[in-house]
Amino acid sequence: MSRILPILTVVLAIISIWYGAAVPMNTAWEVDQAARAGVPAPVGMDLVAATLAQDRPVLPAPHQVAAELYKSTFGLKVTSPKSLIYHGWITISATLVGFAIGTSFGILLAVGIVHNRAMDASVMPWAIASQTIPILAIAPMIIVVMNALGVQGLIPKAIISAFLSFFPVLVGMVKGLRSPDAAQFDLMKTYNASAPKVLWALRLPSSVPYLFASLKVGIAASLVGAIVGEMPTGAVAGLGARLLSGSYYGQTVQIWAALMAAAIVAAGLVAIVGAVERATLQRMGYREGAR
Amino acid sequence: MAKTASNPVIEARDVNLVFQTADGPVQALKDVNLVVNKGDFVSFIGPSGCGKTTLLRSIAALEAVTGGSLTVNAMTPDQARMARAYGYVFQAAGLYPWRTIAGNIALPLEIMRFSKAEIAERCERVLDLVELTGFGRKFPWQLSGGMQQRASIARALAFDADILLMDEPFGALDEIVRDRLNEELLKLWARTGKTICFVTHSIPEAVYLSTKIVVMSPRPGRITDVIDSPLPSVRPLDIRDSAEFIAIAHRVREGLRAGHVDV
Repeated sequence: MSRILPILTVVLAIISIWYGAAVPMNTAWEVDQAARAGVPAPVGMDLVAATLAQDRPVLPAPHQVAAELYKSTFGLKVTSPKSLIYHGWITISATLVGFAIGTSFGILLAVGIVHNRAMDASVMPWAIASQTIPILAIAPMIIVVMNALGVQGLIPKAIISAFLSFFPVLVGMVKGLRSPDAAQFDLMKTYNASAPKVLWALRLPSSVPYLFASLKVGIAASLVGAIVGEMPTGAVAGLGARLLSGSYYGQTVQIWAALMAAAIVAAGLVAIVGAVERATLQRMGYREGAR
Repeated sequence: MAKTASNPVIEARDVNLVFQTADGPVQALKDVNLVVNKGDFVSFIGPSGCGKTTLLRSIAALEAVTGGSLTVNAMTPDQARMARAYGYVFQAAGLYPWRTIAGNIALPLEIMRFSKAEIAERCERVLDLVELTGFGRKFPWQLSGGMQQRASIARALAFDADILLMDEPFGALDEIVRDRLNEELLKLWARTGKTICFVTHSIPEAVYLSTKIVVMSPRPGRITDVIDSPLPSVRPLDIRDSAEFIAIAHRVREGLRAGHVDV
């Protein structure tokens, strides 16, 4: 209860600001329409009601977005090209594949960096540089190049998604693999333990809390990557495609519904990572705080 | 208990160790000469910066001496480390929080490729030895500080190293727990016949435990006195009120003071 109340308060505040903004932003169109029809523009509650019920409002009202969201998730067959479940799943599958690739790549690079001086000195600047490139600029290139190689569909999107998600994992894992203190490394040295043994028995278990912190950032970045990757493909399928086709046809309600769906998917994915984190850390004997 | 036959396990001859730091070279050990025989209980005592921990770490090959010769079991310290000649107990128990107590004790055994059955058998045995029978499946956070330190001693005893190197293992514990662990450590030493090198900054602890007390002084770290203890091998805690005990403690204190005066 104590956690729900503040969250509800914030949600209510956002919704009221939203409604408050929707009325003035949509008023111009109502006035314009009335002028064209040669009738007096609606005033008072009539105006308010009209601005909140337009087909293509500048800013759709929350209930319009909610209705569209409900209709396109529960009101349609999942195979329908208008179903958000259908599009959502396409995006999620690319996200998950990209997340898996990005996470594995990030962990492998981090292991290399902590074990090899040359990699330590050379890889990180490139990794940082890679993240300064606007993803919108290189996503179409990846799609085009992969298409030329005969690879289409999920994999190019997954690669864009991996491109965004490997970085937080790399940074977190380098930190995590170096997190044991000097005495713990000394202890391993007194056992004459090999580097792979130290990695397996000390570095990797110590890095798990860091890994999960990175995974939460990484999975959200993966989703962004997958959505961006869907935009240059010509708006065929996926949440990104819904965003793009909505903007082609001025379907603002559709755009907002797809945005909401993306936000819900992101929250869900982060929550799943969080649940796996809690279960894993508990199994590993970590305690939250010092209870 | 006191083995008189001279059978050197650790020999230091004119050992010097200079650390190269950003502020220039620092002499951590200067002309250290010492013989530790098999079955000895040797304490290194001195103020911070006297090199007692550095000397212990050099024996363990965690630091490399820069002059003189240091041998462990007639090998170089590094060879001895690779032959797993010693168990090392750090000031912090340093148990891995994600492993159970038994899992922590099994760690060196897994690295040394003991069989599963052998690991289980040894875990039981060393847990008995440090009186933690039945705690194998607990996680470290479920144990008190003293119990954690006993578990870390068990970990160092699990494989058959003849030498036990202990770096202020009870330094972070309160006095009552420390007294009990000291008593237990003596019993354990008597039962196992291991050679123990023990770093401490507590005079009563050094006198109570040792057959040989090495007094050190700082800047540069060197040995100022080596005292062969005349105390009997069986030592109840109240031996600390005996005249003999007080006389040795006095001599240690004098040695420490002398080291300080001439700085």
